[in-house]
Amino acid sequence: MSSSRYKLPAALIIAGVFAVGVVACGGNGSSDSSSGGAGNLSGNIRIDGSSTVAPLTEAMAEGFQTENPDVKVTVGTSGTGGGFEKFCVGETDANDASDAIDDEQKKMCADSNVEWEEIQVANDALSVVVNPQNPVKCLTLDQLSQVWDAGSKVTDWSQVDGLDPPFDAEATLFGPGTDSGTFAYFTEVVNGEEGRQRTDYNNVGEDDNQTVTGVAGAPGGIGYFGFSFLRENEGTITGLEIDSGDGCVAPSPGTVQDGTYTPLARPLFIYPSASALEKPEFDAFMEYYLQNVNSVAESIGFIGLTGEQLSDNETKLNELIDKAGGETPAG
Amino acid sequence: MAPRTRIPGTERARLATSGAHATTLRRLTAQPGADIWKGNIFLAALLFALTIALAGLAAIILQAAIEGAPAFSIKLLTNGPSTVNPEEAGFRPALIGTLYLILGVILLVVPLGVAAAVYLEEYADGNRWWNRVVELNVQNLAGVPSIIYGILGLAFIVRGPLDLGFILAAGSLTLALLVLPTVILASREAIRAVPSSIREGSLALGATQWQTIRRQVLPAAIPGVVTGVILAVSRAIGETAPLLLVGAATFVTFNPSFLGDDGYSALPVLIFNYASRPQEEFRVLAAAGVVVMLVVLLAMNSFAIWLRNRYEQQW
Repeated sequence: MSSSRYKLPAALIIAGVFAVGVVACGGNGSSDSSSGGAGNLSGNIRIDGSSTVAPLTEAMAEGFQTENPDVKVTVGTSGTGGGFEKFCVGETDANDASDAIDDEQKKMCADSNVEWEEIQVANDALSVVVNPQNPVKCLTLDQLSQVWDAGSKVTDWSQVDGLDPPFDAEATLFGPGTDSGTFAYFTEVVNGEEGRQRTDYNNVGEDDNQTVTGVAGAPGGIGYFGFSFLRENEGTITGLEIDSGDGCVAPSPGTVQDGTYTPLARPLFIYPSASALEKPEFDAFMEYYLQNVNSVAESIGFIGLTGEQLSDNETKLNELIDKAGGETPAG
Repeated sequence: MAPRTRIPGTERARLATSGAHATTLRRLTAQPGADIWKGNIFLAALLFALTIALAGLAAIILQAAIEGAPAFSIKLLTNGPSTVNPEEAGFRPALIGTLYLILGVILLVVPLGVAAAVYLEEYADGNRWWNRVVELNVQNLAGVPSIIYGILGLAFIVRGPLDLGFILAAGSLTLALLVLPTVILASREAIRAVPSSIREGSLALGATQWQTIRRQVLPAAIPGVVTGVILAVSRAIGETAPLLLVGAATFVTFNPSFLGDDGYSALPVLIFNYASRPQEEFRVLAAAGVVVMLVVLLAMNSFAIWLRNRYEQQW
């Protein structure tokens, strides 16, 4: 009896020792087995930021790691803002962003001497979606604002001015949480001010799939999210055309790239830091990113860059690399 | 003093017998019916509550199993995440990350939690204000939202005084802080449940207080402590929000380690990310990931329950 009482503490200690051993072995093992790959670059690359952009960066990291097995790239999803909090104190090498860096974040970066460049990696079409039973095919920006603006009293589609054809059903609104880059962009271009939106809507937080389910289940449902959610759910929901003054334009890769789907076409970014570009592995990763991003963007739900956007990026990256090279590392 | 009425012995016995008879009869006839009835209702209510809890668990497992079925294969355990080829994707780095995180949590939380509980139950003078403050704090901390611990972890463990950086051990520490109150509270209950006669017997035989605690109280409290650890681990394994703050990434293709600064991942983080993607393949993967996580959790808990039953004793 008394001897068995000591078995638990003993087991715990043994477990602890064992764990440390496993960790030590694991560390050695991985570095041994991964050496001698095709590329001779090695090191760690840490990227964080928007969960919207993450799949694109992950696809790039995947491709890059097949060529350079000794480089360990990790991609986190703290959100655009949460990512900048880490990026601007130098804790990450690059930040994925679905919304451009704002003044507060710029100041934070400047305070810690983190130099960055804004590089567009893909396009997205913020898509406004409704239930397939809804006969309305097109909304003007003004009508969109009537529905979504702060203080809006619209509870039924019949209350929207100039609706064509007329539609009579209870309006059920679904939108992302207020921390989301999608929310920030939509409110700014539709309601004229970032964060300005009625509060009595179904807040789906970060889970846009809930908007799909919600809009598909309510005849008068309306919601908005990135283009990939529309493309994956065509049939269960319908994407609305948007009229910003020059006629109705549907969200599609073509209308985004030729600049007619305004103002809801939005750029997606990655922000590399100058000091990280001093590392050859990160330099190579960013080069790889820009060369290959367009070939996979469409297949994983994004809208590719135009030729002009691509060459613009190349210039920006080269400038930043020059900036990184021109600085003394002592700083 | 009024003269007492003299009742012959036989008469007194007869009165007593009839009185006892009447009382027993009332107990056995009128009241018992209602009591049995109430007892049955209570039992039914208990079973109902239990059924709801178990049905919830069964529903989650079933739904995840059905939805994730297309993705079930050994790849789930052997492959890393993939955005380009979702059909080849797996949870290996995230699974290993979660196992390390939980191992770290157990190693931290058991000694700290038990020590705190022993102090509060056996040594602390409840009349001293500082002990009351500690006690109140422990109880309140058990209800603090997990994201707050994430911010705490980021500010004091990842950065600030400890400055560990975004390593797995920092994640373990943060989760350990998060569940420590649960372990302390459960351990205190367990220690309090040890009969004081055991302590007094031990002290009377000449054992010191520490000997009494180590040889009598703690062994007897093990089952309760293990219950606390089960609750704590079950909560820690599913936490996403604090881990995102202290650096758990979604895309990690290599096996993480405790102290490596190359990054780590965890199951709930990856599941959460996959579940919110537009493509159906990833939602299937997320469901399969839920099954993986539940299997890991149930396996851990089964082991703990086995351990608990081994140490259970009757007084």
